[in-house]
Amino acid sequence: MDKGQLAEFIKLLDSEVDIREEKQFTELNVPGPNLYALGKKLKENQEISFDFLFCLTGVDYGQDLGVVYHIRSTKHQQTVVLKVRTSDRKNPQFDSVADIWRTAEFHEREVFDLLGIRFINHPDLRRFFLPPSYGFPLRKDFVDDLNIVTK
Amino acid sequence: MEETMKEITGEDQKYVINMGPQHPSTHGVLRLVVSLKGEIVRNVEPHIGYVHRGMEKMCESITYPQIIHLTDRMDYLSAHINNEAVCLNVEKALEIDIPDRVRVIRTIMSELTRIQSHQLWWASFGMDLGGLTCFFYGLRDREKIMDIFEETCGGRLIVSYNCPGGLMYDIHPNFQKRTKDFIKYFRKILPEYDQLLTGNVIFKERTRGIGRLSLEDAISYGVTGPSGRASGFSCDVRKHDPYSAYDRVNFREVLFNDGDTYHRYLARIEEMKESMNIIDQLIDNIPEGPFAVKMKPVIKLPEGEYYQRVETARGELGVFIISDGNKNPYRVKFRSPSFVNLSVLNLISKDFKIADLVAIAGSLDFVIPDIDR
Amino acid sequence: MPFDIYDFTSFTKWIDTGLQNSMSPFWTIVVEMLIIGVLILTFYALIGLFLVYAERKVCAFMQNRLGPNRVGPFGIFQTIADLVKLLLVELIPIKNADKFLFNLAPFIVIIASFMAIAAIPFAKGLHAIDLNIGLFYVIAVSAMGVIGVLLAGWSSNNKYSLIGAMRSGAQIVSYELSVGLSLITVVILAGSMQLSEIVLAQADGWFIFKGHIPAFIAFIVFLVASTAETNRGPFDLAEAESELTAGYHTEYSGIKFAFFFLAEYMNMFIVASIAATVFLGGWMPFHVGHWDGFNHIMDFIPPFIWYILKTFFVIFLMMWFKWTFPRLRIDQLLTLEWKYLLPINLVNILIMSFIVLMGWHY
Repeated sequence: MDKGQLAEFIKLLDSEVDIREEKQFTELNVPGPNLYALGKKLKENQEISFDFLFCLTGVDYGQDLGVVYHIRSTKHQQTVVLKVRTSDRKNPQFDSVADIWRTAEFHEREVFDLLGIRFINHPDLRRFFLPPSYGFPLRKDFVDDLNIVTK
Repeated sequence: MEETMKEITGEDQKYVINMGPQHPSTHGVLRLVVSLKGEIVRNVEPHIGYVHRGMEKMCESITYPQIIHLTDRMDYLSAHINNEAVCLNVEKALEIDIPDRVRVIRTIMSELTRIQSHQLWWASFGMDLGGLTCFFYGLRDREKIMDIFEETCGGRLIVSYNCPGGLMYDIHPNFQKRTKDFIKYFRKILPEYDQLLTGNVIFKERTRGIGRLSLEDAISYGVTGPSGRASGFSCDVRKHDPYSAYDRVNFREVLFNDGDTYHRYLARIEEMKESMNIIDQLIDNIPEGPFAVKMKPVIKLPEGEYYQRVETARGELGVFIISDGNKNPYRVKFRSPSFVNLSVLNLISKDFKIADLVAIAGSLDFVIPDIDR
Repeated sequence: MPFDIYDFTSFTKWIDTGLQNSMSPFWTIVVEMLIIGVLILTFYALIGLFLVYAERKVCAFMQNRLGPNRVGPFGIFQTIADLVKLLLVELIPIKNADKFLFNLAPFIVIIASFMAIAAIPFAKGLHAIDLNIGLFYVIAVSAMGVIGVLLAGWSSNNKYSLIGAMRSGAQIVSYELSVGLSLITVVILAGSMQLSEIVLAQADGWFIFKGHIPAFIAFIVFLVASTAETNRGPFDLAEAESELTAGYHTEYSGIKFAFFFLAEYMNMFIVASIAATVFLGGWMPFHVGHWDGFNHIMDFIPPFIWYILKTFFVIFLMMWFKWTFPRLRIDQLLTLEWKYLLPINLVNILIMSFIVLMGWHY
């Protein structure tokens, strides 16, 4: 499928998706609660079969916190980017996609460790790199006078 | 009575041992908490973070050319390829046209880096399995590549040779001749490696059928690089998404069907041969031209998100830059191959013995600073 | 003083009569035992020192490097430096360990290898004890080493030592079978278990040539099984550095560790000397059929030198294996013994008996 057909196909799968064509990839912005369902359909639908999640990034947008999923289809050689956002900074939560793409298990742990975003239904959500009582360093409002030197 | 026994010892009478952060076989500071039943491994839990330097956070307060020096230290065995990833990303965002000479030289250096990384992997893999002589043979040959790097780039392991726009300096006049001599020498020596390990009965018994990774698991866990290709996952970025000069060379993507330790080993040996073929095709015709494009003194990427994938010796490295128009990036994410390859260790070492765990970890070939960043 | 380098019997007889003339038979025996004890101890220590140095040099040359070359010319005093360091190292006392067994274990290992040296013929007449069940005695006595290994692992009060000791114990006990059976093959050919008889029977040709096929198979099996029994070479899983820890001697430091270390090299020496005695002719020179001129030149070299050369050749073979091959896993080790070497041995014994009965040997 080319990009236009792909966009239409995905719109059929989930009507609340906001599809944008960026310079490199097609971006799908979904509201948080729809993430798991759309992810499952993206993987299991044989006409698109996005089965290779190659990058899971947590981002602090300043006001919102979000997660960016880069997914690729090994059969059809296409890539899309899935994005979710939440403005809840105190207790950000998304559904875990670890049972759709098993690689998300480690990546989501890393996002939890560095940004504090919790993933519901994750098999083993613990801190990974940092000690248990450390804050969430990748947040823009994180201050650690002892260990971090800012200009 | 039996119920009380079970309460005291736990349901399975597990025996938990610690392959601690300092261990000759974990290739760096990695702590593996292994639950055993007798000699059989039941569960492997990696504890990482001993070398966490907060690279992604650091990148938010430095400029784009400075990121390159950080990426060197991420997966230090593929230092040149890591640098290339960031440079390509920045050049793609600024839409600069890179001269041919730069492309070809970057490709040659990447392939030399790949050979050098696989040589070190072979040396330490042999040593882990007990054939201590392999260590010395592998490193002896690797020194020749290190000398080539030192002459041209100034550094043996940490090269920092790329910069956005091209290379830091032109190649040394001896570079072509030394590389050609090295390829000729290594082609003769590589069968020696085969004699020492590949055909050995003991080695085959230790690695055949051990730690099998199926194709669906490889895709689902995202295992790329030689470990993924040995399971049949066609994921070579050099073929699917060519960058630098890879679209003009002829080489074979090394794929096997049987994802066990032995085939992961064979995949890397074959990759070394393919790398030598690539270098052979390029080394004689390095195009003339400038070795860098003049860039502005302060590099600012236009607003947006940019992703670049490269093929390091371990797998697919992804550099994801989110820019808001300033001279420092807004967010940089390194998708490191070793981090993802580590996640599959628990799955494939279940129900094998401790000695096999060492062989499997060696064949997955991770470098700990790449996991921790 | 009748000192004949080709036949030590006259020399030993002279010492014996001399002592008997000067003191009562009881004291003669005591003095003789003391002399032999001191000689063997010195021999033990010297060979141990030399073997450690030889291993490091051989290993280094195979790995394309030089090995010790700083301490003394060509590094020959390296082992002495190591020994001095081991003596000065602090002996770390282990909490909750069984002190008596902990201290006893290294001694048992040394005693077992010490006793085995006593029966080996170094040259004609240079023999500590010439038992008529010499071969059987040597095998039986070197089996005692297992007790030391198991005691060391148990009394260290350490999970990893225990795993290592159990693995080691299982390995040694299994491979003793193969060692014994392959030696029995030669006993059938020689017709006697007395070591001096076995050597004399090889006067016209070494057993490895006389017994052609079955003797050769027995030699290979013996080499493999004895490398496994001494925990060396590709069978050293129990003390592998790249596995968990150093196995059963993890908790030992200083002089006690030196005992284990030394005992391993001496076991290698004993096993090599048994191979040399039984298969390669002991102190017999290399004779080829009826080439009298050649035989005379070979006869000129003293038997003691022949013995040393053959033993060191076998030791070199064992070192060669160790530094070339990767390690076997414990279950592959035991599979090798029980499923492959044991049946080969049994069939080999049958073939050898058949050949001896039919007279088809040289």
